[in-house]
Amino acid sequence: MQLLEFQAKEIFREYGISLLDSISSTNIEEGRKHAKQLGYPFVIKIQVPVGGRGKAGGIQKCQNDDEFDIKYPQVMDLEIKGEKARAILLEKMADIKKELYLSIFLNRSKRCYTIIASAEGGVEIESVKTQIIKEIGLGDVSDEVAREVAKEMGLEGITAEGVVDTLKKLSKLTIEKEAELVEINPLAIMQDDTVMALDGKFVTDDNANFRHDELQKYQERTEIEEQAEKSGFSLVELDGDIAVVGNGAGLVMSTLDMLSDNGGKPACFLDVGGGATTESVYEALTLISKLDRVKGILVNLYGGIVKTTVVAEAFLKAYENNLIDIPVFSRLKGTESEKAKEMLQGSRTNIFDTIEEAINAAVMGTKK
Amino acid sequence: MTDIFELLKGKPGDADYEKKGVIVQGITGSYGSVHAKQMISYGTNVVAGVTPGKGGQKFEETVPIYNSMQEAVDATNAKISILFVPAKFFLGAAKDALNSGIKLLVAIPEHVPIRDTMEALDLAKQKGAVIIGPNTPGIMIPELIKIGIMPPMPFKAGKIAVLSKSGTLLYEISDALTNAGFGQSITIGIGGDPVNGTRLIDAFEMVKDISDLEGLVIVGEIGGDSEEMLAQKIIDLGFKKPTVAYIAGRAAPKEKRMGHAGAIVMGNYGSAESKVSMFNKANIPVAKRPSEVPVLLAGKMEK
Repeated sequence: MQLLEFQAKEIFREYGISLLDSISSTNIEEGRKHAKQLGYPFVIKIQVPVGGRGKAGGIQKCQNDDEFDIKYPQVMDLEIKGEKARAILLEKMADIKKELYLSIFLNRSKRCYTIIASAEGGVEIESVKTQIIKEIGLGDVSDEVAREVAKEMGLEGITAEGVVDTLKKLSKLTIEKEAELVEINPLAIMQDDTVMALDGKFVTDDNANFRHDELQKYQERTEIEEQAEKSGFSLVELDGDIAVVGNGAGLVMSTLDMLSDNGGKPACFLDVGGGATTESVYEALTLISKLDRVKGILVNLYGGIVKTTVVAEAFLKAYENNLIDIPVFSRLKGTESEKAKEMLQGSRTNIFDTIEEAINAAVMGTKK
Repeated sequence: MTDIFELLKGKPGDADYEKKGVIVQGITGSYGSVHAKQMISYGTNVVAGVTPGKGGQKFEETVPIYNSMQEAVDATNAKISILFVPAKFFLGAAKDALNSGIKLLVAIPEHVPIRDTMEALDLAKQKGAVIIGPNTPGIMIPELIKIGIMPPMPFKAGKIAVLSKSGTLLYEISDALTNAGFGQSITIGIGGDPVNGTRLIDAFEMVKDISDLEGLVIVGEIGGDSEEMLAQKIIDLGFKKPTVAYIAGRAAPKEKRMGHAGAIVMGNYGSAESKVSMFNKANIPVAKRPSEVPVLLAGKMEK
């Protein structure tokens, strides 16, 4: 999961990384109390799980009560890359000399953790030319490596010490929390040459969740996503009107791509997992029936060992129980597909031999 | 470099040539038992199973079960194992296998923490062993040996190597290849995790020198940069065999995990555009949909 800035900072604070004073809130009344506690001036920062907040107006300076009353709701109502505000963070203003960049990420192809650092911070790291990159095995950063990084960043004295200290804390955190990415951008050099983390990004390995009860409070899921997880499905909600269901992440992604190529708009990505049973397909249809925007369901199942008649049974059961009243366009590969077709004759499920045909029919059939 | 064919087949003249023994870890579990049966009926020589506490029993009245990998390896001298234990127990089971002398470990479980995969890989490196997976459908030489969970129908013996991050797309695309007359010499499931025991580039190393190889199909998906690395390798080596790629996830939103733990685009890292443009640079056509793969491959072969 990807944590929000204020959540990442809670963990940074726990590990002793230097931060400005800040408080998060979810409504203006709460925010007003915090404003008094914190004292002007401060910055109002929208909390969304995507980047590019500054450019979108999601970070605003605030000098007094009048400004607060205008700006807090403004920032709260923003939608950035389709993401609404989860909270608002009020943070003290910083008088800074310079911005740096520091991160530790899981280098997938090298299969080790890697430090990326730069003397240019506050901008997207991809756009920075002078990146310092150091591979660090399973995540431990030695004094020696940390010092090397600070030196290559051209830092000296208290600032260099600050970067060494921050880097070592970041590495401890990466290992202990099993992070895929921990990023401080910018890490600011203050007027007194110390350093402070002004922003924080933190992505954890979801597969290690069972070892990290302490991170569960940050898990953000819709009710439907939660149900999907219980059933062992993977579900990603999207904003279109055709629900896409299949077995296997690759196959469902591929179906999403083809649907989009043909002008269709996916309402969700739903992977019921490697196999498919009457129960799992029925459960998937139950979840989809809860998404209001869905006008049609596109099903792409590569059965392999699975009999398609088993899947047909799930559809029949769904109609019998009045679970779904929208058309289903499906391509079922596997044994007994002729029999499955017979079973579904006259029902709301249309079976096609190829996924291309099913997609065309789904796009046409949901156009009205 | 590991000679994967020697591991899977042995050498002509060996007593176990083309019937290499395979141990199934977790053979009595619901998943392990179904697929152990499927592998046996495909012709894979399953010589032992391991389930702690069930040593001395027999699976399907024929395959002896042992309590530990050491006992199973001592009794059978097998060098290959396939692992079906739940993700939480992956690391323990993998260590057990590698410390007992297993040289090819096929790890099926999904949801293994990255740290555990990395630790197992560290040990595999020390022991000179290969891990395929985790979260892989497995590896097979069609019509000879299947170490995995793939259904048998899509595959046919032939001369095309297929490397795939996704399981169902491996079946789908192999099916399309088979129907177009392209059998497969070997298919390797890379797995959908962020960290893979055998990366695309490692799998490529395993297959690139097959003497009668007629073509290569790469099935990738969004996330990471292993497709880019492989494309670069193909450019550097001047690999000339007809090669075609497919990338799933072009329409996926950024920063969302699409089913596989590894299928996530962060910034530009892992985007489909990046992969497609690298393949284009390597003069490898990228299919728009699975059914287009054999068409593009046939086109490449005519040239």
